[in-house]
Amino acid sequence: MTRSSWPLYEVFVRSKRGLNHVHVGSLHAPDPEMALRNARDLYTRRNEGVSIWVVPAAAITASSPDEKDPFFAPSGDKVYRHPTFYAIPEDVPHL
Amino acid sequence: MSFDNAYEAITESNDERHWAFGTGFDDPLSGVDRTIPSGVDRADLTAYCLMLGDDALILSQRLAEWCSRAPELEEDVALANIALDLLGQARMLLTRAGEVEGAGRDEDALAYLRDEPEFRNVRLVELDCGPGPGGDFATTIARLLVFSSWRLALLDRLGTSRDPVLAAVAAKGVKELAYHRDHAAQWTLRLAGGTDYSRDRMITGLRTVWPLVEELFTPHDIELRLAAAGVAVDPATLRSEVDGVLDEVLSAADLDRPDVPGMAPVAGRAGRDGVHTEAMGFLLAELQHLARSLPGATW
Repeated sequence: MTRSSWPLYEVFVRSKRGLNHVHVGSLHAPDPEMALRNARDLYTRRNEGVSIWVVPAAAITASSPDEKDPFFAPSGDKVYRHPTFYAIPEDVPHL
Repeated sequence: MSFDNAYEAITESNDERHWAFGTGFDDPLSGVDRTIPSGVDRADLTAYCLMLGDDALILSQRLAEWCSRAPELEEDVALANIALDLLGQARMLLTRAGEVEGAGRDEDALAYLRDEPEFRNVRLVELDCGPGPGGDFATTIARLLVFSSWRLALLDRLGTSRDPVLAAVAAKGVKELAYHRDHAAQWTLRLAGGTDYSRDRMITGLRTVWPLVEELFTPHDIELRLAAAGVAVDPATLRSEVDGVLDEVLSAADLDRPDVPGMAPVAGRAGRDGVHTEAMGFLLAELQHLARSLPGATW
């Protein structure tokens, strides 16, 4: 009996209504439906979430660490793009 | 507070806002009236709580045996989660049994210090499906499918019991059992529809557990008396609902209901009377040996 490993899925959990889904980790599963159930068992057993997304890791196109400078460095000196001239109200926690 | 990283949010402070449902774990039975309903025989009610509690305790032990040995890491956690749900139900039911009995036995005394003939679980839950020699994953799934379909139907009806504690335990358990049944059904579909090999294993698993299905629907005298008193559920009344669920899963998986004879009771007595299969002694030895070797030991 040969063993082939299950595909990898990335898991995103929304901890509360109104917040966005956040990447929490990855897992193996035979198919998307089981990935959702495995995610429920692995990542929400301590009340972490109200909603789960699973995405096949192979479906994600990621930026490469080698391209870090051309990708991200040019935005580092553009202070005028940041809203630093506004006062942020204290009771707006997730701005 | 940052929400860029779920774990940062968890460890950052004692603030509970980032837990969807908070961290305050209340006793699920807090506020539940614990008086014994009028006109109910205490010995009967004690025995009934042991029946339902032992079903959960023994299957919990069987599922926990997979810990660190399941076919995949993810499945390891899933089976352990189900085992913990059942252990939680067992604790509440054994505590209730001890309380109604009134002889000073708590959940630990009932779980660890009773001998085999005092256990009232159905024989299905003690069946050795592995992970050791002779057992396998498909048989574990077949047993879980049958057991969770049956117990879900049972707890669903027990929610209206005249015993407020049984009603509360049932109301909590229904949500748990619905997930257990889903998990088993999902795996049944995948094993049956996977390879020829996995399909054969699933068919063999169903044939292994099926002789113990009949017992699930055979009422014990205690169950009948308490059902008449509005406290318990007569398991014979669950048959059509459970058959319907199992037929639906088996037909979706293109599997036939196994055609095997039921395992007969011994002189009319079976699990509910404390008459068990040979697997039970080995299971209890592992479950109880630490508590018996070191009486009163604490963590």
